[in-house]
Amino acid sequence: MSDMSNQSPLGQAIKRKEDYRFLTGGGRYTDDIRLDNQAYAYFLRSPHAHARIKGYGLDAAKASPGVLGILTGADIKAAGIGGLPCGWLITDVNGQPMKEPPHPVLAIDKVRYVGDHVALVVADTLAQAKAAAALIDVDYDVLPAVVKGPDALKPGAPQVHDAAAPNNTSYVWQLGDKAATDAAIAKAHHVTKLEFDNNRLVPNAIEPRAAIASYDRANDNYTLYVSNQNPHVERLLMTAFVLGLPEHKVRVIAPDVGGGFGSKIYLYAEETAMVFFSKQIGRPIKWTCERTEEFLSVAHGRDHHSTAELAMDKEGNFLALRVKTNANLGAYLSTFGSCVPTILYATLLAGQYKTPAIHAEVTAVFTNTSPVDAYRGAGRPEATFLVERIVETAAREMKMDPAEIRRRNFITTFPYQTPVALQYDTGNYAASLDKCLKMADVEGYPARKKASEAKGFKRGIGYSCYIEACGIAPSRVAGALGARAGLFEVGQIRVHPTGKISVFTGTHSHGQGHETTFAQVVSDRLGIPMADIEVVHGDTDRIPFGMGTYGSRSLAVGGTAIVKATDKIVAKGKKIAAHMLEAADSDIEFKDGKFTVAGTDKSLPFAAVALSAYVPHNYPLETLEPGLDETAFFDPANFTFPAGCYICEVEIDPETGHTRIDKFTAVDDFGNIVNPMIVEGQVHGGLAQGIGQALMEGCVYDPESGQLLTASFMDYAMPHASDLPKFEVGATCTPCTVNPLGVKGCGEAGAIGSPPAVINAITDALGVREIAMPATPLRVWETIQANL
Amino acid sequence: MSQFNFSSPASTSDALKAFKAAADPKFVAGGQSLLPTIRLGLADPSDLIDLHSIAELSAIKTSATQVSIGAMATHASVAESAEVARLIPALAYLAGHIGDRQVRNRGTIGGALANSDPAACYPAGVLGLGATINTDRRKIAADDYFQGLFTTALEPGEIITSVDFPVPEKAAYVKLRNPASHFPLVGVFVARTAGGVRVAVTGAGACAFRVKAMEDALKSSFSADAIKGVKVDAKDLNRDLHATPAYRAQLINVLARRAVAAA
Amino acid sequence: MSSVELALTVNGKAVTAKIESSTTLVELLRETLRLTGTHVGCDTAQCGACTVLLNGRAVKSCNVLALQVKGQQVTTIEGLAAADGEMHPMQAAFKECHGLQCGFCTPGMVMSACELAGRMKNPSEADIRGAFDGNLCRCTGYQNIVKSVQTGLAGMAK
Repeated sequence: MSDMSNQSPLGQAIKRKEDYRFLTGGGRYTDDIRLDNQAYAYFLRSPHAHARIKGYGLDAAKASPGVLGILTGADIKAAGIGGLPCGWLITDVNGQPMKEPPHPVLAIDKVRYVGDHVALVVADTLAQAKAAAALIDVDYDVLPAVVKGPDALKPGAPQVHDAAAPNNTSYVWQLGDKAATDAAIAKAHHVTKLEFDNNRLVPNAIEPRAAIASYDRANDNYTLYVSNQNPHVERLLMTAFVLGLPEHKVRVIAPDVGGGFGSKIYLYAEETAMVFFSKQIGRPIKWTCERTEEFLSVAHGRDHHSTAELAMDKEGNFLALRVKTNANLGAYLSTFGSCVPTILYATLLAGQYKTPAIHAEVTAVFTNTSPVDAYRGAGRPEATFLVERIVETAAREMKMDPAEIRRRNFITTFPYQTPVALQYDTGNYAASLDKCLKMADVEGYPARKKASEAKGFKRGIGYSCYIEACGIAPSRVAGALGARAGLFEVGQIRVHPTGKISVFTGTHSHGQGHETTFAQVVSDRLGIPMADIEVVHGDTDRIPFGMGTYGSRSLAVGGTAIVKATDKIVAKGKKIAAHMLEAADSDIEFKDGKFTVAGTDKSLPFAAVALSAYVPHNYPLETLEPGLDETAFFDPANFTFPAGCYICEVEIDPETGHTRIDKFTAVDDFGNIVNPMIVEGQVHGGLAQGIGQALMEGCVYDPESGQLLTASFMDYAMPHASDLPKFEVGATCTPCTVNPLGVKGCGEAGAIGSPPAVINAITDALGVREIAMPATPLRVWETIQANL
Repeated sequence: MSQFNFSSPASTSDALKAFKAAADPKFVAGGQSLLPTIRLGLADPSDLIDLHSIAELSAIKTSATQVSIGAMATHASVAESAEVARLIPALAYLAGHIGDRQVRNRGTIGGALANSDPAACYPAGVLGLGATINTDRRKIAADDYFQGLFTTALEPGEIITSVDFPVPEKAAYVKLRNPASHFPLVGVFVARTAGGVRVAVTGAGACAFRVKAMEDALKSSFSADAIKGVKVDAKDLNRDLHATPAYRAQLINVLARRAVAAA
Repeated sequence: MSSVELALTVNGKAVTAKIESSTTLVELLRETLRLTGTHVGCDTAQCGACTVLLNGRAVKSCNVLALQVKGQQVTTIEGLAAADGEMHPMQAAFKECHGLQCGFCTPGMVMSACELAGRMKNPSEADIRGAFDGNLCRCTGYQNIVKSVQTGLAGMAK
């Protein structure tokens, strides 16, 4: 259990500290909070994908019962409020900055997607706010819309931002050596080519977004409760870049958050408008997104169209990879919309392979759809899908075993500099492949295939060997690549006089179990029981600073900041103990929660030292401050590189097209593992989302009207328990070299590695080159019909 | 949700009276389709007349030749009835696989039939078994009941009281679900009764319908092979994100064969 | 169409409330009674985060009118643990098996799971998966929920 005194809690499947409140109804999510005298917000949204706003008729709405105020884009413009910023500058092939058309908090002059924000209505009750919104008469001049990325580049395409982004293009960007790649492809023995979409997804955290904004006139302070993954970033972006409020006068609290998956990283229009309006309204304003509204307005994920060419010699050695991608950004640049299809994508195109020449060109376009940003994996799933689909297809064309073609091309010496900017610190790809082959009983596959065929089913097997860059991080590298923010993390250890500990982290837990994992790390470092440690997150007034949780960074970066803070605590504790024990600082050892004079039995428990720090009667006050409270910032030297091998086996009913995943085996190398139970849970969840992408989920806009056709759970297929198999999960370990914990991050792997494994299995079963995601029963059946 | 008058009369006659007295009333049974409809603003009744307090509407009565299900019997109660399972296992199966568990605990046969969603499961069973729909004023044969998209033979203010299902020789229901909504993309109910063979389809058209050509083929030989070549014309079938008419036509054939084999 | 008085039993306690005719059961629980453990995750009655027990049966409380439960028994996630705070066997099983991550769908999952006790005899893994067609989870991939339910049902049978 959690408090074994002699055993390190690291590596133990310790049950979660946070579970009791979640299991007894004591979780406190934003919508659970009710502030005194709170009013309710409702956002009037555009019913059109693309239209000019010629005017507003607000009189009836303003006179409607209970209405406290209505805010429109005209007010935003008059107040001089800036647009929502994009946090990453991409420089295009010509050395020019990306086109960044304004992203107004409420639509000004034009609406650009169905669900775009037209007006904020605040009333005493939600029903009154909705009723008033229905009375707003917006005079629209409806324009033609474009929703597909490639269509946005066609001559005569509707122009989403007109002159601010000619030809609907934000940037054309490239990475890698084009000449070397072209040359290698020109003289290759064989080139495998694929063209495909990476389907648009809706993150759909089960808790929809929500916010409560309030203004305290007495102190001139703002408080924002918001369902968010990074409250400090939210505050920084909102105050410094949009509203011009003093950062220290705004408190952002992200309480319990019901899932994020990337979608709650961003600074959204809703809470920004509410904070601005809260001063004028003079009452707290609450908004809870409805599910259909969430479908319309949350940042979506993926949505690439790509061509890929992989060149090989006659032995199947990879010579070059050439990639062209059209990335649909949606109507506006979301907070990290620009870096997802570039920095987080093309840099991963080496995969696990020593392909010597790689070139990628990415054209990022605006369309009349909800903005697209990071969704679990963010760029890396798109890269992995491309690499692992083309490698599998190449194996088939070269008539090679899919495991062997991978093995032949694996990177085996580390550190390894890829041709696409990253340097992998460590890994052992053959180890995860071998373990996965064994766990998946690939030897027994032919017999299983025969058994399926005897039942009239088709069976297929698919592999995926993924790599991801996580622990996002290094600020210097990120800055050189265009990041407009740092990517370090902050940890603070506050030792209370009784020796109990509060840990403050700038990361945010919305399902990841930080309250447990981080306590394990501190318990291990300071030798005190888990029960004496409380992890605090999600409040800009309580935590010094932080960059939040995304990119599988929390433990690798945030956990390391906490380790560094514990190191400072121990260092100071040694000085206090030396004084109390009348020994030299250098003679004090700290182990198992005790400060001991080396080579003696003279020791002090941690709590005694803590007490002395706060009751400094016998204390070296001349040379040492009282108190025991330390903060550390950590900015790592490199990303981390989790990698692994997934194998999927499907059985397909050819008459209905229904695919059943019969076996799914995942072997991951996350480096060292602090809590294997939590890590396995993260893998399961990632796999479910990746399998959802491959088989079920697809966000569809009507190509003519631009209406969102999948705007509820009635039409957008979410994986249910009965859609998923029992996963077999295993691990290998090469400890990460860029942080003292040796950890790499585990949050995104499942979603990154699984889609190509599923699609490789389906194409294998059907004997076809390609099938689009999601491979729904309809699509599988149609594919079978087309290949009869 | 906008406001309405709510009443829960204790008898069918009181419910009818309440209906007549109101401007734009609606009966609410399980409410699993009606309440979301009101919430989304697609219906705005002046009065909701709740039928849960009419005790006799929930009864399930059986004889050797008939299963009679009260209009307010929940899908769960039908699925869990040992008598229904013994006499018409296909009907118990159908009821036990509608929507999800929470919907089955609340949804009722009367509500499902009054609503007549084109993708509801019950219409396939009612039509496939040749059931009789009893109302406060008459008996309606299943063949006369389903008339189009959300359209039935019910008159305004008419209350379904129970549904009589003749016990078939054999029957089965097979469906393929819409992966998002869990409504059937296509569901096929096949029954062999003393009076002949019936094949009823839901999810594919404006409302549940029978496939005469399959029934004829099965009359001479009740086997999956007998209908292998019997295709349904795709041109009248539904098209949505999850299925094309051609795919639905295929599913009707496949699922009908599977239902025959399972019966 | 003014507000109406309603009496019912929630978590074993008699409660009365003044509500409007259109108030749903989940609104009664969350807004009027301030039992915020029951959550709302969609507007089409599909996610199941709002699942509570009505007379022992799992229902989606967003899809039941408060007036429809007059005089009846409602059990929410707040009503499961013992008076001394000790968790119900199903709650304990979810913790033991890591059957939750963000915790938002969890109350609905646990209430849905509790209904199965005594109704499913020796359920297989597939039976349990099928029994959760009315509950969405975006975090766990369901594997540990299935394990939790198996463990919790065994605990409840003791």
